[in-house]
Amino acid sequence: MPYTADWPRARPPLEEVKRTIPGWGVDKDFKDRPAVPMERFDPTLTGAHWDFPERQVEYWPRERSPEHKFLTPVFGTACPPRGLSGMIRKYAYRLGEGKSSHWLLLMAADRVDVVESMVEAVLQGRPDNPLTESGLKAEFTRDGLGSRLGKNRVDLKHQPLDLLLVAAPWLIAGYVGFAAARSLGGKKKKRRRRELQPAGRY
Amino acid sequence: MRAMVYRGPYRIRVEEKEMPRIEHPNDAIVRVTKAAICGSDLHIYHGMMPDTRVGQTFGHEFIGVVEEVGPSVQSLKRGDRVMVPFNIFCGSCFFCARQLYANCHNVNPNATAVGGIYGYSHTTGGYDGGQAEFVRVPFADVGPSLIPEWMDEEDALMLTDACPTGYFGAQLGEIQEGDVVVVFGAGPVGLFAAKSSWLMGAGRVIVIDHLDYRLEKAREFAHAETYNFAEYDDIVVHMKKITDYLGADVAIDAVGAEADGAFFQHVTAAKLKLQGGSPVALNWAIDSVRKGGTIAVVGAYGPLFSSIKFGDAMNKGLTIRANQTSVKRHWPRLFEHVKNGILKPSDIVTHRIPLEHIAEGYHMFSSKLDNCIKPIVVPN
Repeated sequence: MPYTADWPRARPPLEEVKRTIPGWGVDKDFKDRPAVPMERFDPTLTGAHWDFPERQVEYWPRERSPEHKFLTPVFGTACPPRGLSGMIRKYAYRLGEGKSSHWLLLMAADRVDVVESMVEAVLQGRPDNPLTESGLKAEFTRDGLGSRLGKNRVDLKHQPLDLLLVAAPWLIAGYVGFAAARSLGGKKKKRRRRELQPAGRY
Repeated sequence: MRAMVYRGPYRIRVEEKEMPRIEHPNDAIVRVTKAAICGSDLHIYHGMMPDTRVGQTFGHEFIGVVEEVGPSVQSLKRGDRVMVPFNIFCGSCFFCARQLYANCHNVNPNATAVGGIYGYSHTTGGYDGGQAEFVRVPFADVGPSLIPEWMDEEDALMLTDACPTGYFGAQLGEIQEGDVVVVFGAGPVGLFAAKSSWLMGAGRVIVIDHLDYRLEKAREFAHAETYNFAEYDDIVVHMKKITDYLGADVAIDAVGAEADGAFFQHVTAAKLKLQGGSPVALNWAIDSVRKGGTIAVVGAYGPLFSSIKFGDAMNKGLTIRANQTSVKRHWPRLFEHVKNGILKPSDIVTHRIPLEHIAEGYHMFSSKLDNCIKPIVVPN
């Protein structure tokens, strides 16, 4: 027990462990482990045949962290920023990584990007299909019920929220569309009512 | 080419996409023969990682055949079978020269706090990943390795991330002979961390999770003693009881951003994205380990803040060690262990899915259906 100086640790005798566990202790020597010491200076090991890599061509102003002195010589070119989400992203990259606003703006841009992409997909004739894209078919082909029923799984308490998260962009888009249609309808009604008013009333 | 693309949280689809091209003289284009879905892919699939853009292809665990090389590539040629570490790294910056390949400073313009990773949002550099027919591999002379003739392809695939990450987690724990080690999470990384803890001389290895089928795998694959935290009122108190009220010497967090076990923490992080990650496993690690103990963190978290119990960590005098794994640094030793039969990484693979069915694969893995531990994606 830790209440006295001599505390035999709560574990089985090491002899028994050594006998039963295959490979036990092969990397016991601390100094002989691959990541020890943490920093091991040897620039010749990596296969790099440059001091500083040649620069990749920058085809559009690549967004970068202000904590970098310059654009890194190599970078990913997937999904360049575009639309409103792109504008938010470009603004976010003016802020340092230490600021929460940097990351929160990027998260906001991600959500805007989803809505923009939904609209774009409709215009391109390939609308999103939340049922196939969320892989719900697996519920039937991969034992959805059996994997959950009678199992002591804590994630079952919040899994229904996933459905809400998938449906959220459609619910929001539906609400915005409904509200817009209603306000448009309201304006038309008002205009018609005004036209029907008898002359000279004002 | 056919590729998986992200459409929004919890939604992906397979689309026809432009072939990747050589964009730098040391690039290679690799035809993917096998890819895997990583537990950390679920964080971006769920929309937790900032700057995850619609249209990106995920996948940082893959192997394949070299299709094309850039003019400065010396070590690879068309037709070579290669395994590609999940890190993208230049091999020449301050950090690479010190073998911290995961922290390379020349490949990720979007952030200095993390290196480059394939298909893992723009926060890690904006590269497309390997859950596709083809992928661009930067620094072909530095990252990929030829798959040894004797090595099984699924073993090679597991060596691109999950296996080295678990092994690295055990190393970060600075395990000494006879130590009591507790691993939080019985997913692929947790299983490899538990197995590797024995290799480093642990005297007792305990694995905690809430999925019985994964705990069963931990007993069988990693010879670990297991506890389902859902069966205990307070898993930390239970940990104290089973270690004679001392606590474990080393705790390994192999869960990361979507840790479960505290409803509020999980929902605010994983569902509402108000934290960089749910800190449940990390807080349990802090509270379960003994004073003066060590915590190794290899579970992935986002860059936003999380409500970590740092006061406890400080007052207990803990050492917290964490990093992404510099995969290639570990390959010589792990190749040796695989060749000698000490490790059989592909033992954890449970599902093989065609690329066209990847949406169902993600749903199965995310919802923990069909006893899924590690799904592999086969493009053709």
